[in-house]
Amino acid sequence: MSADVAEEFAASLRDLGVSWSRTTREGFEETVADAVEPPAVGTELPFEGVSLAETDVTADPTPARLDAATTGVTAAAFAIADYGSVVLRPDESGTEPVSLYPERHVAVLAASDLVADMPAAFDRLAEAVERERGGGAESGGGTEGGDGTGGDAIIATRPSATADMGALVTGAHGPKTVHVIVLEDE
Amino acid sequence: MSSKSRDAKAAEIRRLLAEEGASVAENTRGFNEGRYESVARLDDYDELKAEARAIKEDAIERLPELIEEVRESVEANGGTVYLADDAADANQYIAEVVKDRDADTVVKSKSMTSEEIAVNDHLEARGTEVWETDLGEFVLQVADEAPSHIVAPAIHKSREGIAELFNAHFDVAEPLETAEELTQFAREYLGERIEEAEVGMTGANFVAAESGTMALVTSEGNARKTIQATDTQVAVAGVEKLIPTVSDLQPFVELIGRSGTGQDITSYVSLFTPPVESPTVDFADDETPLSEVGSDDREFHLVLIDNGRTAMREDDQLRETLYCIRCSACANSCANFQSVGGHAFGGETYSGGIATGWEAGVEGLDTAAEFNDLCTGCSRCVNQCPVNIDIPWINTVVRDRINRGDGGAGGESAEFDWLVEGLTPDEEPGGVSLQKRFFGNFETVAKVGSALAPASNWLADRAPSRWAMERILGIDRRRELPAFESQTLVEWFEARGGSRIAPTAADREAVLYPDLYTNHVQVKRGKAAIRVLEALGVSVRVPEMASSGRAPLSQGMIATAERHAEEVAPPLLDHIEAGRDVVVVEPSDLAMFEREYGKLLDGERHRALADGSYEVLEYVYGLLEHGEEVESLAAGEGEAVAYHSHCQQRTLDLEPYTTAVLDAADYDVITSDVECCGMAGSFGYKAEYYDLSMDVGEQLRDQFTAPETSDRTVVASGTSCLEQLDSLLLGRESRHPVELLDPKQ
Repeated sequence: MSADVAEEFAASLRDLGVSWSRTTREGFEETVADAVEPPAVGTELPFEGVSLAETDVTADPTPARLDAATTGVTAAAFAIADYGSVVLRPDESGTEPVSLYPERHVAVLAASDLVADMPAAFDRLAEAVERERGGGAESGGGTEGGDGTGGDAIIATRPSATADMGALVTGAHGPKTVHVIVLEDE
Repeated sequence: MSSKSRDAKAAEIRRLLAEEGASVAENTRGFNEGRYESVARLDDYDELKAEARAIKEDAIERLPELIEEVRESVEANGGTVYLADDAADANQYIAEVVKDRDADTVVKSKSMTSEEIAVNDHLEARGTEVWETDLGEFVLQVADEAPSHIVAPAIHKSREGIAELFNAHFDVAEPLETAEELTQFAREYLGERIEEAEVGMTGANFVAAESGTMALVTSEGNARKTIQATDTQVAVAGVEKLIPTVSDLQPFVELIGRSGTGQDITSYVSLFTPPVESPTVDFADDETPLSEVGSDDREFHLVLIDNGRTAMREDDQLRETLYCIRCSACANSCANFQSVGGHAFGGETYSGGIATGWEAGVEGLDTAAEFNDLCTGCSRCVNQCPVNIDIPWINTVVRDRINRGDGGAGGESAEFDWLVEGLTPDEEPGGVSLQKRFFGNFETVAKVGSALAPASNWLADRAPSRWAMERILGIDRRRELPAFESQTLVEWFEARGGSRIAPTAADREAVLYPDLYTNHVQVKRGKAAIRVLEALGVSVRVPEMASSGRAPLSQGMIATAERHAEEVAPPLLDHIEAGRDVVVVEPSDLAMFEREYGKLLDGERHRALADGSYEVLEYVYGLLEHGEEVESLAAGEGEAVAYHSHCQQRTLDLEPYTTAVLDAADYDVITSDVECCGMAGSFGYKAEYYDLSMDVGEQLRDQFTAPETSDRTVVASGTSCLEQLDSLLLGRESRHPVELLDPKQ
């Protein structure tokens, strides 16, 4: 990720009222501990050398644990600098419910997965959908050959919000607060 | 419209202004300002709009093909596609799905298409509970009201109103008061409904045919929950929502939030290729880890709805409506909508500018007729539409069809026909209302008025005349009538002996187009324009000419407008051919040449006329840029001026020329930033709309009576704006800016 793009992402998050922190693999556990409000649940992270196992975050929780959680921790597939958006990939492991039901969402992003703008984001999304479809066709209509996401993606920007009740309120149906952890490459 | 139904309409508008006006105004204006700020941050706004439009044009062109393609892709994913002919067909299919699933509860995320087919009523009649999860829709469901806005359905409701509603309707321990409390209550209440539900219904903002991926644009996250928490998803979408591929979504994702609520992007843009892979969650389950829950029992039904859309696609004029992405920019930028909202400016389902096209297409002309007049053709929405739809033109076409069909004023008593006899040209059918025929043929009125002035002015102002005009023609007696000059501009110019600058002594020759108002009413501004041009070395001609056709076009009399265009174009084109420039004082007439003549003339003549025509101060600006001296004009010496441009002039981006010229001539200029003065040609004269016109004008009055503007000289470019300003700012006479520059003033 170029410094300019990283700076723009940080500026976008600041404008959106989304907090963020930067860490390395070594500092990850401590950073997560700071970012979550317990009780916290999460989906296991796909980044090498990083795991929720040694943290207070319950990985792969039961639905009841999810229901009781205040924070949900998930990976972000990538992020879009000029919008401050994180892109989530709803999958079989539960990224969608974990990022959606708890009051606080903590998204973990690999620094190398930051793209500059929406056209770049759509290049990635279209590729993913195409890959999923290609896999689907090979396995005879199912989606087993794909990445287990069915080609789904949520471009999530800032917390859930509504102005329908006469003033802007965050945390309408989804998270009230969002925090992004950027995992530096080494 | 009879005087009785006019009274009823005026009363309904007054009621809505009083009950819903304040909330609608605050919210729509907030969205609108947000939109201006947000699109200004885009480097390539116009390119994105052009790209979005091209994708929609292509998709609608290839619609039958895309329907087949999406059927294949959705079925390959494991879902089903049902193509419904109409609302009844769609409802029957959805009810079957719900029945097969044995569902007691259906949760829905907001979808105007599902409103269009009234699916809630259909399911509820069969014993299924249906819950709206969008908080605005939920408020309306509790209140048993219809949406008043396509994006923010409960925009007409205040926080206090919602609190009162909830406290009366629900068994709450402590009365709810703040927006946070109301939101939290609704979140919890609907959270339980979502958990109970077996079927989740959504709309779709876009559907990519190639992959079967649907895009949902939301802020609350309720669409995500609706899909996540239920194992059967039904997506309801008009066939026009199809686009070819996921990549085609990009410009829309960048435009839709900005165009609607003024956010760069909404909280969630979800791309789902259902059935989704997410595990289905039973919150009581404390045994199974999420990753083992699975999603095998998920099913998906895409219900594509025609309901008149195929016919719209084959209709050369209504086809553009199908490019609409339902962003609401046309509603939010509409001055009339900002005052009354969608309960007046809307039909069975859709509201705002583009609603006329939708309602005419899916419901019929009768429904569209109820609110079509609320589009004044001011054109402010034109540049705001992210897919460049010429919304005023669609409204004009529908107005024309209403005039011609039974949905118009054909039932009106013929008793007073003699009054406007001779005003209705042969091309227009007898169904056009007396009021529309009167305003549509204002050219004749103006000619007679000038010929008989000042007696005509005196007569028109007498109480019995005003009473008769109000009762028969629906001209509100509170509105001051234009006073016709006995000597027209053309006559004055002839009597003066033509231009003071001989063509042989001039670098440039211009034809000043004598529009109806400049020729008959605002003769002073015409004289000023001539003297200003001459002071800058231009030889001027003011030939007798037909009117542009703006007046009949406004009334939906397209054939008459076309006849005017055919009369006006040849002589003007001859002048252009001879190297003369066409200079237009009245912005709505210039807009006619630049915009609407594109629909009335062939492309070549339209382009030549548009390229050769200039708004008067745009022309003056050009002359100054080419070396003419501003010192030849009257100097402002720092005079403080409050300037209101004109809606159509702003759409054409001509306002900056006037302010630049006034600046150069040493005037100290403040400009208004309201969308529109609220008068818009004949609109403010009409008895049924007078109150609305004045309500819209209030914003302009507020700006021009604020401390920093209250002592300023008021100038405005359009005739209607001048008339409205005179009504709003009693005693402060307003003028056209060219009069300030008149060396002989």
